[in-house]
Amino acid sequence: MGLSIAVATGLYGVSFGALGVASGFSVEQTVALSLLMFTGGSQFAFIGVVAGGGTGSAAFGAAALLGVRNAVYGMQLNRMLKPRGWRRLLAAQITIDESAATAAGQLDPDEQRRGFWSAGLGVFVLWNLFTLAGALLGDALGDPRRWGLDGAAVAAFLGLLWPRLRAREPVALAVVCALVTVLAMPWVPPGVPILLAALVAALWGWFSRGPADEGLEPDVDPVGYEASASSPEQH
Amino acid sequence: MSLWGWLLLACLVTYAIKLAGYLVPARWLENERMSRVAGTLTIGLLASLTAMNTFSGGPALAFDARLGALLAAGLALWLRAPFLLVVIVGALAAALLRLAGVG
Repeated sequence: MGLSIAVATGLYGVSFGALGVASGFSVEQTVALSLLMFTGGSQFAFIGVVAGGGTGSAAFGAAALLGVRNAVYGMQLNRMLKPRGWRRLLAAQITIDESAATAAGQLDPDEQRRGFWSAGLGVFVLWNLFTLAGALLGDALGDPRRWGLDGAAVAAFLGLLWPRLRAREPVALAVVCALVTVLAMPWVPPGVPILLAALVAALWGWFSRGPADEGLEPDVDPVGYEASASSPEQH
Repeated sequence: MSLWGWLLLACLVTYAIKLAGYLVPARWLENERMSRVAGTLTIGLLASLTAMNTFSGGPALAFDARLGALLAAGLALWLRAPFLLVVIVGALAAALLRLAGVG
């Protein structure tokens, strides 16, 4: 099961590689993001803020905030797998939506461990290979607008958001945050609207009642995730 | 700080955040609020990024081929297309609209 996840997630690494280069990053920077950051949402956020005209600091902020959920996964995985020593340091690097979800989809501890490591390491290898391929392809394409690569970025973000819109409340939250962003954009420096939307989203989460695992869906559905314990509720 | 600087700092911080999850006491997991905020942050940020990348245009808002990409991608997602196909659909929509002289 880890293998199919690795292939599916690795493939969308091509779009990251191409979009990174189209956003003005060098091939080295794009590849570095996949190697060192290795978190799809945060990586897209970083290049997305810069592509939208934001500053490096705003890109940093958005990437960090989108990475917060990995800490939650880390807590869950630590309790599940209890890695120690250097394994813990490595486990942290490969803690992403997909590896966490694959582990959580298993009942047997050995299967959880196997699922986590195979999905995590598999995605890591393929994601990075495909990022490089996409970056080299993007570099060869020339003017990104002519190929619609800025439209591809829009599509990518919608694609990342979509699996999280399973009920009325997340849809409402998404609409509100999109509105906050669009309303703020003409008035404040680039990148700040994102942080305003993040503030709204954080307050929403802090003060409202709702499922604790909403929004923590993986970017790519592993087989059997739908059937596991944390299935979405109907509102 | 240069773009490389922010990039490397962001990588460092995202790793530190991942590691933090492994280092905090298990007791913290009982706080469902943290998990909930992480989830709403994710949704809000992704929605914001989608909006920003669709409508950014210097300081003012711009309505151009990217809006077509958004609609096409939405349709593809509704039809359960896989992620890579959705991205290609978005690119195609924007490129074709531009060829046709729109935005």
